[in-house]
Amino acid sequence: MNHTTKLQAHRPTVARSGAATAAPPPARSAKRRITSTQWAAWAFLAPVTVYLALFYAYPLYRNLDLSLRDYTVRSFVQGDAPFTGLANYRKVFADPTFAPALLHTAVFTAVCLVFQYAIGLALAVFFNQHFRLSATLRALFLVPWLLPLIVSASTWSWMLSSESGVVNAALHAVGIGPVNWLTSPSWSLTSVIIANIWIGVPFNLVVLYSGLQSIPASLYEAAAIDGANAWQRFWRVTFPLLRPVSAITLLLGLVYTLKVFDIIWIMTKGGPADSSTTFATWSYHLGFGNLLPAFGPGAAVGNLLVVAALVFGLVYVRVQRKQGLS
Amino acid sequence: MSRSRSRSRRWVKTTIGILLTGVMLFPVYWMINVSFTRDQDMRKSPPDLFPVHGTLAGYRTVLDEQLPYLGTSLVIGLGAVVLTVALSAPAGYALAKLRPRGGGVLSFVLLAAQMIPGIIMAMGFYAIYLQLGLLQSVPGLIVADSTLAVPFAVLIFTAFMTGIPGELLQAARTDGAGPLRTFWSIVLPISRNAVVTVSLFAFLWSWSDFVFASTLVNGGAHEPITLGIYHYIGNNNQEWNAIMATAVVASLPAAVILVLAQRYVAAGVTAGAVKD
Repeated sequence: MNHTTKLQAHRPTVARSGAATAAPPPARSAKRRITSTQWAAWAFLAPVTVYLALFYAYPLYRNLDLSLRDYTVRSFVQGDAPFTGLANYRKVFADPTFAPALLHTAVFTAVCLVFQYAIGLALAVFFNQHFRLSATLRALFLVPWLLPLIVSASTWSWMLSSESGVVNAALHAVGIGPVNWLTSPSWSLTSVIIANIWIGVPFNLVVLYSGLQSIPASLYEAAAIDGANAWQRFWRVTFPLLRPVSAITLLLGLVYTLKVFDIIWIMTKGGPADSSTTFATWSYHLGFGNLLPAFGPGAAVGNLLVVAALVFGLVYVRVQRKQGLS
Repeated sequence: MSRSRSRSRRWVKTTIGILLTGVMLFPVYWMINVSFTRDQDMRKSPPDLFPVHGTLAGYRTVLDEQLPYLGTSLVIGLGAVVLTVALSAPAGYALAKLRPRGGGVLSFVLLAAQMIPGIIMAMGFYAIYLQLGLLQSVPGLIVADSTLAVPFAVLIFTAFMTGIPGELLQAARTDGAGPLRTFWSIVLPISRNAVVTVSLFAFLWSWSDFVFASTLVNGGAHEPITLGIYHYIGNNNQEWNAIMATAVVASLPAAVILVLAQRYVAAGVTAGAVKD
């Protein structure tokens, strides 16, 4: 609503100066046109800028504010919580959940990344061979990525259910005893990792496939003439030439995997006994998972996650810029 | 002879491809299978691999209980689409064609915005909405859900509109069209594909959103389908055919998008990651 009126308000000036450009003095009118284009440009950008300030910057600021005050349910509503500096952060660092959450976040992220990338790359190489139906099958591989996370998470929950899950039934068929995938502390993290790998493979496949497409076929032909077999062609040609795309895929995957919340929360709620708690689920658990919400510490944990995501995000931007230049 | 060999080799690859796809999509098949399974067969061991005694009871429950949730999700999805396109198409045009000073900074901010974990945004929105009295409101959730798509949408529009030939816009200017007119009558119609891509993703992401829904409208009068499913699971509900039937229905937009707009999807996935 607001931005349309703003744009219209700018329009007369723009139209007028547009007419002025037709008039003689060229140097001045060119300059004027540049400034008028600047005005028009920022008029077009105004809505999204205001939006970013209101709905990105402000929530982030509120989150920071939450983490620096001692909030209770009452002061949360009234907004008069005392400023306590870094007390919430200190509380979080001293919390017995901190070390396991850090470890789980690292393990979850690293294992997911490695498998998603390896499987995605293998599939991309496979589909790059252009056989019959390859395009259709490749499109079907997108399904896990398109499904709502709650759908994937609840489906995996049921598949991994201890007594009536199809996974345990299959394991039973090959003589392996039932595994308490979601209810045993030693398996819960593995379970959510499996589900998350399944969701992340399509992204890796699509991006790496598009990277493979840009490798000229002549290189493979030359390598084949030189007597390189398929395995050597992959490691000597494909893999090195795919390095820029791989870097982008992995970095973006890292940022995305760090913030995974839905899957873990829906499947295990971070349990049992914090055995699959990551920073994302811990933050949510502190803020919303209890009858007595601890908004301050919850926000503090969340901010640690923001810092981590932004650090890797910056690395990603740098790598992408560098590639854009070269 | 060598020709027939390479042909049979090609079929081997197709067969392997189909097998791999089958493994990958097994969970989706299982969801559909369970959605048709009778209550008394639900705990059978080993489970039936096919819905031999198929029942529609699960889907009947969906019709009885989940329609309001689906309606809410539809409204929220469409609202987020409108908001996202209205905000990001003009921004993309400006960044691609009008070269504003400070545009680079804005692009960078948009990129960084995509990396903020949803759970942090949700907590901030919760604090703000609590004070504004916007908790459990549909417009509030539409705004929150649109944050999932806006940065991505601006990047897509910018990338697409950069490809519009400058002569075309120059010609419009010579004919006396101002920037707004040029945008509305020339740039936007040409950018139809980008509008479709952005709309698809904006819809899909708000339709699928769970984090904002569970923090901002949980327990409210209008809850989206993701919360419908979540409540089902949370209530210790043992009717997994109903849960999975709801999941199947909730997956329909994804299926429709895949069938109707496959190329837009692949374009959208790669656009964010790979620079041409």
